[in-house]
Amino acid sequence: MQPFRVHEGTGAPLDRPNVDTDQIIPKQFLKRIERTGFGEFLFYDWRRTGSGELDPQFVLNQARYAGASILVAGRNFGCGSSREHAAWALADFGFRAILAPSFADIFANNCAKNGLLVVELPEETIAGITLRAREIAGYRLTVDLEQRSVDDGHGLRAEFAIDEFRRYCLLEGLDDIGLTLRCADQITSYEDRRGRERPFQGPPFC
Amino acid sequence: MTGGCTLFDKLWDDHVVCQPEGQPALLYIDLHLVHEVTSPQAFDGLRAAGRRVRQPLRTVATVDHNVPTTDRRLPITDQIAARQMETLRRNCREFGIPFFDIGSAEQGIVHVIGPELGLTQPGMTVVCGDSHTSTHGAFGALAFGIGTSEVEHVLATQCLPQRKPRSMQVFVDGRLPKGVTAKDLALAIIGKIGTDGATGHVIEYAGPAVRALSMEGRMTLCNMSIEAGARAGMVAPDETTFAYIHGRRFAPKEPAWQEATRYWRSLASDSDAQFDRTVEIDASALPPYVTWGTSPGMVVPVTGAVPDPKWFAQETDRQAYTRALEYMALRPGTKIEDIAVDRVFIGSCTNSRIEDLREAAEVVRGHRVARTVQAMVVPGSQAVKHQAEKEGLHEIFREAGFAWREPGCSMCLGMNPDVLQPGERCASTSNRNFEGRQGRGGRTHLVSPRMAAAAAVAGHFTDVRKWNYEEVRDAAVSRA
Ligand code: SF4
Repeated sequence: MQPFRVHEGTGAPLDRPNVDTDQIIPKQFLKRIERTGFGEFLFYDWRRTGSGELDPQFVLNQARYAGASILVAGRNFGCGSSREHAAWALADFGFRAILAPSFADIFANNCAKNGLLVVELPEETIAGITLRAREIAGYRLTVDLEQRSVDDGHGLRAEFAIDEFRRYCLLEGLDDIGLTLRCADQITSYEDRRGRERPFQGPPFC
Repeated sequence: MTGGCTLFDKLWDDHVVCQPEGQPALLYIDLHLVHEVTSPQAFDGLRAAGRRVRQPLRTVATVDHNVPTTDRRLPITDQIAARQMETLRRNCREFGIPFFDIGSAEQGIVHVIGPELGLTQPGMTVVCGDSHTSTHGAFGALAFGIGTSEVEHVLATQCLPQRKPRSMQVFVDGRLPKGVTAKDLALAIIGKIGTDGATGHVIEYAGPAVRALSMEGRMTLCNMSIEAGARAGMVAPDETTFAYIHGRRFAPKEPAWQEATRYWRSLASDSDAQFDRTVEIDASALPPYVTWGTSPGMVVPVTGAVPDPKWFAQETDRQAYTRALEYMALRPGTKIEDIAVDRVFIGSCTNSRIEDLREAAEVVRGHRVARTVQAMVVPGSQAVKHQAEKEGLHEIFREAGFAWREPGCSMCLGMNPDVLQPGERCASTSNRNFEGRQGRGGRTHLVSPRMAAAAAVAGHFTDVRKWNYEEVRDAAVSRA
C-alpha cells in the first residue's frame, strides 16, 4: 500500500449529501475480477450522458478541476453498498484524499486499506472549502497526515482527528494482514479454548 | 462501565482474541460468507502473498449477484459475468472452500441461504463482503458487511481488527397493525433517524413489536439496518429463533442442541444495560410506507404525498430533494396513491423469503396484474422456490401474470439482465432506491411485498390495509 504523509493537490467540490457507492462505481463495472483500471468508470452515470459522452456540467469534467486529487464531498459520503471498487475507482482516478463532514463506515474502512485518506471536518469548514474551491482559480489544498491538518494557503487551516492506528498504517503504508498474522498463536489458543467450551460452535463443514 | 452489558457487549467480548497495545481489538469470525462479486481480488491477494485460507470450513460461497434468473439449463450469455462465477468456482476449489454452485439445491442469495441452512446461529460473528450481512443479526449474531481487503484479511486470519462501535437500542412498542410489515417498520425507522442516523453504531431492536415478528420479519428489519448507516443490527434470540433453527441442516443436533440453546438463552441485554443511544417508536401507529426519492430516508406513508423541498431548512437538503424529485419525475404534492408503476419486483435479500412470498400471494390471489404493469417474483433461494411451489404460490403468481423466476439478486441491483429501462418506474421490495440502482434512469420505490403485490394489480400504489384478502398464513409449514 502506498504510504500517505503529506499531499498537496487540486480540490474538486462535489457538494451533495448521501453520495452512495452505486454512484461512485455503478454495478455494470463490478464484474471485473481485477483490482485496477476502475478509474475511467468513476461516477460513470454522472460523468457521462446517456449516449456515453462526457457531460461538461459535471465537476470532474471541468478543465479547472483537471488532475484533482482531493475530493471535497458532502455528508454521509460513500453510503450504501460495501463494494471496495468505489475506493479503487477513486484512487485509480487519482484521488489521494477525501474531505467531508461524515463518511459511511464500510467505505471509510475500504479507503484506509487502499492508502486513500478520508478526513472528517465540521460541516461549516467543508462549506467554506467548497466555496473556495468554486471561487478561487487553481485552488489547491495541502493535507498533512503527520500534523493532522488541512491548509489551503489562503488562510484556511483546519485540524482533524483520526484513529491513531489507522493513521499509523497509512503513514507506514502497512499491510495489516501481516500484523494480524503476528498474533497467530493467540488465534490458535482462542480457537482451542472455544472448541473446548462450546464444541457446538465448531466449523459447520467438517 | 456502570450497569449491565448489552447483547452487543457480550458478543463483542466473547470474540476478542487479543487487544494488541495501541491497536484495535482482534475479533474472531465464526462464519464467513462469500459471493462472486467482492471476492476475486481477495483470492488474488492471498495468492500474491503466498497465504492460505485459515479456516476454509468456516467459509461458504455461492453465486447470487450475477446469476441470470431465467432457465438454468441455458448457457449464461454474459461472458464477463460467467468469468466472474467461474473465478469463484476455481478459487473455492483451490482453497478448499464449500461452494454452492448455480445448479445446486442450496444456491441462493447469501443472506437467504445462511439462515435457511442453519449456518447462521445466535452468538456468532458473521461477515461477508456485502453490506446487507446485517441480516444475520436477526438471530442474535454480530453480523456486518466488509470490503474486499477485509475479505482477504478474514480468509487469511479468520480475524478482523476492529474498533468497537457504539450501541443503540431501537425500542418498538405496541404491535404492527394488519397489513403493516417489518419492511414498513424498517422504513419508518430510517425515515425517523435518517440514512446516517446509526453510523458508527450497532443497533439492537427490542420491544414487544420486535418479539412478535417472525424470523423472516426480523431478518427484513436487520437487513435494512445498513440503510440507516448502522454497522450491524440485531435481535436477541428467543423461542421463535430456536424454533426456526431446529432441524436445519447445519443446526446443532441432540445432545448438542440442549447445550446450544442453554447458551443461546444467555444472549440478551441485561435489564440495566446502558446504550449509547435509544430511539423509541410505536408500531401500532404505523402505516405502510413508500419511498418517493433516491435515498431510503426519502419515505412517506402510502396515504401521504410527495413532499416539497421548500419544507427543509438546510440548503444542501433542499438541493438534494429537488434533485431527487427531478430524477424521479415527481412533483411536490402528488398523492402517493396517484403514482402509477410500470414494473413490480418482488425479491432481494430484504423480502424474498417464503413468508414474503406468502404475503404477496395473499394479495394477488384471484386478481390479475394491471395491463400496464410488468411484474416478476424472484425467490431468494432454491429452497424458498421449492417450498413456494409446494404450496402452489407460483401458480397464484403465474395466473395473475407475474413472471416466476430462478433465485438470485436479480433486479435488486441489475447486474444480470433483469434491469429497468430509462424512465421506468418500479415498485420494489428491495432495499435501495439509489439513482440507477435497478438500471440507468430507472425509478425505484421501496415497499413491502404486500404493497408491491397490490401495486401490481392496481397499476399504482394503493393502501393495502384496505385490500380485501384472506390471510392464509400457516407458520407450521415454514421450513424454507
Ligand atoms: S439482493 Fe440486493 S442487496 Fe441483497 S445481497 Fe443481493 S444485491 Fe445485495
